[in-house]
Amino acid sequence: MLKIEDLSISVSDKEVLSDINLEIKKGERLALLGPNGSGKTSLLMAIMGFSNYRIKKGNIIFKGRNINKLSIDERARLGIGIMFQRPPTIRGVKTRQLMELIKGGDFNVDKEAEELTLKKFLDRDVNMDFSGGEIKRSELLQVLASSPELSLFDEPESGVDLENIALVGKVMNRILDKNKDNAALIITHTGYIFDYVEPTKGCILVGGRVHCIGDAKQILQTIKKHGYGWCVTCEGEKLKAKHRSLEK
Amino acid sequence: MRRRKVKSKTSQSGKIDITSYKSKTKSNIYLEDLQELSADQKKNMLAAGVDPSQKARSGTYIQMDHSVVHSKSLYPGLEVMSTTEALKKYKWLDDYFWKVVSFSADEFTKRAQVQPHHGYFLRALSGVKATYPLQACLFINDNNIIQNVHNIIIAEEGSELEVITGCATASDVKRGLHIGISEFYVKKGARLTFTMIHNWAEDVAVRPRTATLVEEGGTFLSNYICLKPVKTLQMYPKAELVGQGATARYNSILFAHPDSYMDIGSRVILKAEGSKAEIITRAVSAGGDIIARGHLKGEAKNIKAHLECRGLIVTDKGIIHAIPELEASIREVDLSHEAAVGKIARDEIEYLMARGLSQGEAQAAIVRGFLDTSIMGLPDVLQKEVDKAISSCEKEAF
Repeated sequence: MLKIEDLSISVSDKEVLSDINLEIKKGERLALLGPNGSGKTSLLMAIMGFSNYRIKKGNIIFKGRNINKLSIDERARLGIGIMFQRPPTIRGVKTRQLMELIKGGDFNVDKEAEELTLKKFLDRDVNMDFSGGEIKRSELLQVLASSPELSLFDEPESGVDLENIALVGKVMNRILDKNKDNAALIITHTGYIFDYVEPTKGCILVGGRVHCIGDAKQILQTIKKHGYGWCVTCEGEKLKAKHRSLEK
Repeated sequence: MRRRKVKSKTSQSGKIDITSYKSKTKSNIYLEDLQELSADQKKNMLAAGVDPSQKARSGTYIQMDHSVVHSKSLYPGLEVMSTTEALKKYKWLDDYFWKVVSFSADEFTKRAQVQPHHGYFLRALSGVKATYPLQACLFINDNNIIQNVHNIIIAEEGSELEVITGCATASDVKRGLHIGISEFYVKKGARLTFTMIHNWAEDVAVRPRTATLVEEGGTFLSNYICLKPVKTLQMYPKAELVGQGATARYNSILFAHPDSYMDIGSRVILKAEGSKAEIITRAVSAGGDIIARGHLKGEAKNIKAHLECRGLIVTDKGIIHAIPELEASIREVDLSHEAAVGKIARDEIEYLMARGLSQGEAQAAIVRGFLDTSIMGLPDVLQKEVDKAISSCEKEAF
């Protein structure tokens, strides 16, 4: 579904992602772990095509097509959807008006907003004075309405109380289960969301580089035990071990 | 640099050669039934909020070029006629002419005094509260003419009157000059909501000269909407609050297309104790120039007034120049203002694009939100007209 080849991204001339190679196959859910400022959100923004995130080298291939040069809306229409962590406020535009603009024909805005306990927010300006949890739910409502094949979830559980994490997880599953091929890239710090959405694999991003790809829960446990620094050296240790075995 | 450009353009765009317009034109016949208007005329009137079907209206005045083509009230206690007719009918009306607008103010007022072409007279008798608004349309049907109208609105004591005025041109009119003198009187405890929608052609020059007198406990709400291209538009309507507790509010929604030039302000002079005023402007430049002025002058105790101007620049070509002014001559006044001018935010556009909206759709949605008129507290029927005007403008602008 998504293939990232040797990708380097810069934001105002500063390289924030280097030599990224990643693949998300149909039906896969890749958990993206990493400390603050490691470039996780930048990777999502680059996949979506935001203008501040310039491709210095490499390719982003979606459904077999190089999308490096496509605009954000073209990527969205090809089937990529994103749940933002800090979306902008849009004054004067009611959430309901936005939903009408993005939804497909059979999407029932009121019913779905009710499900996400967002009904009263439909008549408020988009993201205006929304709490952290309300932003998450509003973002999910929008992603749900646009039915993407590849969903980019940026910290879906941060700022959400325990009761609502279950709701967030449920809606994420609905988005992903609409089609068995639907895939996702999920950024998480805590892994709480794994109680509801099962990742198929995980990877670690530190300092703008991918350091480890493997079982998401195992990686998370290792981080919890030893911290991200260990992951980086672990990668180094593995490489050394590989070299040693080659030398032999 | 930019400042200088505005200044030089002001003098340049402010210049109109009155003699370059025809002062004579053929007369248009009076229509008993507005359905006799041509399809094109109806369409252009509708775009200015004037509905020839008169659904949800209490009466209509239509002037085409220099002829009154319709003038009728559908509601008891509301009067609709031309000012020419009203002057004949009411001797006392002389006292209302050139009272709040001075005929010697500039070349346009002078011209309107020397060569008047009617104008509307709208009046709500004491205590009359109409459900639906009166509508008035000043229409330019012939190319390259000058139209000088003198309008009077009187809301007598305790009355409530809503007026929609739409100014428009026939589709084949390219050039013209409209001079509109308007004098409004809001008597004790009365309420006048005046909504003006301009739907001019690209090469029409417009010089409204408007002033309002508000008496004790009276309320004057003025909503001005200009979303269509206009060559040059300059106006600075003024309200004088002369009675205790009088209130005035000016809301303006301005959209400057490329090559449009608008120099628009609102001024309130608070002369009576406890009077209140608010001026709210939303200005969008899609390539044209807007000078958004505002002036609050406090001359009496315990007055409160606020001025707010927000400008949004959509392209790199246009200019928005906000000039708010506050002036107080005594101590116990509360005057404030806020002004903000900025370009359309990239992150907002991209956010909407990430939901599949094209760049144009995203811009239109943001501009529409910026021009959100719910802040104006318009009556439903007026709100609908404004929404329609904004929607039709959006289709053309992006």
